[in-house]
Formats: sequence, structure tokens, C-alpha cells
Amino acid sequence: MANTILHKAATRGHANHGWLNSYHSFSFGSYYNPERMGFGALRVLNDDTVDAGMGFGKHPHDNMEIISIPLEGDLEHKDSMNNVAVIKNGDIQVMSAGTGIYHSEYNNDRDKRVKFLQIWVYPNQRNVTPRYDQITLDINDRHNKLQQVLSPNADDAGVWIHQNAWFNLGKFDKGVSTEYNMHLKGNGAYIFVLNGDVKINDQLLNTRDGFGIWDTDKFTIAAETDAEFLIMEVPM
Amino acid sequence: MNKLQILVICRHVEILATIVRLINTNDQWSATGAVTDEDALAAFEQSPFPVVLLGNGIDSADETKLTQTFKSIRADVKVIPHYGGGSGLLFAEIYEALAGR
Repeated sequence: MANTILHKAATRGHANHGWLNSYHSFSFGSYYNPERMGFGALRVLNDDTVDAGMGFGKHPHDNMEIISIPLEGDLEHKDSMNNVAVIKNGDIQVMSAGTGIYHSEYNNDRDKRVKFLQIWVYPNQRNVTPRYDQITLDINDRHNKLQQVLSPNADDAGVWIHQNAWFNLGKFDKGVSTEYNMHLKGNGAYIFVLNGDVKINDQLLNTRDGFGIWDTDKFTIAAETDAEFLIMEVPM
Repeated sequence: MNKLQILVICRHVEILATIVRLINTNDQWSATGAVTDEDALAAFEQSPFPVVLLGNGIDSADETKLTQTFKSIRADVKVIPHYGGGSGLLFAEIYEALAGR
């Protein structure tokens, strides 16, 4: 029998810093909820909106796999490994912070805000060599099917991280459904709805709801309306 | 009121400074930083901290050795592996350790 947990969108932590409006699915910064300390190896899921011309100044990270998925607008990335890049909707960015990395993320557009998901996954080993990568995905590859955007394998589809995790994006028309099969026994999946309504087995989810499911090999995801969603499979 | 004393060990000097600065933004807490195990042990022997945060760059053998030494001096010390590097996880990690989770 599968175990599940539902996190309705309105129950997320919220921090409005003026230039940054952030919703936290799990404890982060000044938002602390002992019942929301992550889902397995998934520790952070922040739903961020950055004002035009604003951003995160240079700051450090270590020992964390950090994934950014832009949903709207462009974000300029600079880091201590001399990477300078712009990520935009359709891209996915990954940093293995390992022994330490500095970076900044800015919205250089003077008129448009940026929306993106900031996701942190615990690494399966500490103190790895820092690395950065970003790729551009073909958005058509997630229309009515699952598009793998992250895995533990460098030669597999999407970016890779130091963890036995798989992420998939889907953009389904109303009425489309599919089955998701876990890659590893003992893994669970956290589904985050970007927009629309979906059903995971019998559980209805709405925009920005999160739903964790584990102790199962598979589940069904069905679009009740046109919908976009992210599935994050992680060790529990 | 006495502040909660927290010892932070981290090989990366700039990240260590960030972690110490962030902890000290909480007026109930006071952080002391150490880059080397020798400095950390000397600080702990002088003042057995109730909480120790293990930052980056410490290999697992050293982490085990440090933890054993700290516990031999103060059995109820809470040793926390810190992830993220002075990040949004820091406060929750400390709260969880203080709650015994």
C-alpha cells in the first residue's frame, strides 16, 4: 500500500522580500515547519519570482545538488568557476556545490519578472568537485508524454546529479494519462503541479500543489485539465 | 540570558565566515568558527559547545574522529552535518538538532 502526503499550495511557506517573492514547499530561510523538512533526498522546492533588474548577489553554497528550472523570463548566472550564462524558459540548470561554489543569479531584464523553481537535493556523497551545467530542452518532447530532464547518469537524457534521482516534466492535454514507474525500489516521487489540475491515482491536485508518494513501484498521473507538472523521484 | 554557543568547522574560509555571520544574526545564538581540526578541538576543550556544525571539506574519517572526541568531552553535544554552505537550511538544521530530531 502506497504512502502519500499532500501539500496544498496555500500551505507553503511564504517570504516576500520585495524584489523576491518566494513560496517554500519545505522549511527554508526563516520559514521553519518541522513537518516540512523535505521529501526524502529532496530538501528544497522554492517557487521564486524575481523582480525586473533584481537578483541574488554573489553567495556561497556547498554540499548540495542545486537545480533551477526557469518558468518565465531569463536569469543570468555567474559563478566562481568562470561560468557566465543565461537560463531561460525551456532550460534546466544544475550545480553540484560540493566543496564550495560562489554564484549570482540576476534578472537583467528591466521590464519583465522572472519565475523559476529552485530545487535542492541532498548529494549521495559530500565534498565532490563543484560542477555546473545547463541544457536547453525541447518543450515539444513533454507534450502528452513524460520528458526526463534529470538523472544520476551523465550519458542519460537531461542533466545529471550526484544522487539516484530522476526528474520528469509533462505538459498534458485534458484527458491524457500515463503510468510512472519508479526507477529504484525504495525511491519515492514528489509531484509538483505547475498549472492545471491533475490526478495522481485518486488524489486531485491543483496548481502549485505538491504530492509525495512512496512505498509503491508505480502510480498513474492523469490530466483533469490541460496541465503542466514536474515529477521528482528521489531516495526516501 | 546566555546565548546558545555553536562551534562551526569548515575548511572553506569564506563559507565559514558566511555561516558564522548568519548564525550570529540570531541574537539568541553565538558562533565560533574553526578551519582546522586542531583549532576546533582546542576551542571545544576550552569551552564544550552544546552544538557543533560540520561544514564542508571535512572528510568522513575526520568527521567521525571529531564527533567521537567531542562526545567524549561532552556526551550531550549535538553534532550537525551542515549542507548548503550558509544557506537557507542553516536555521532549520539547528532547530531540528535542538529538538532532538
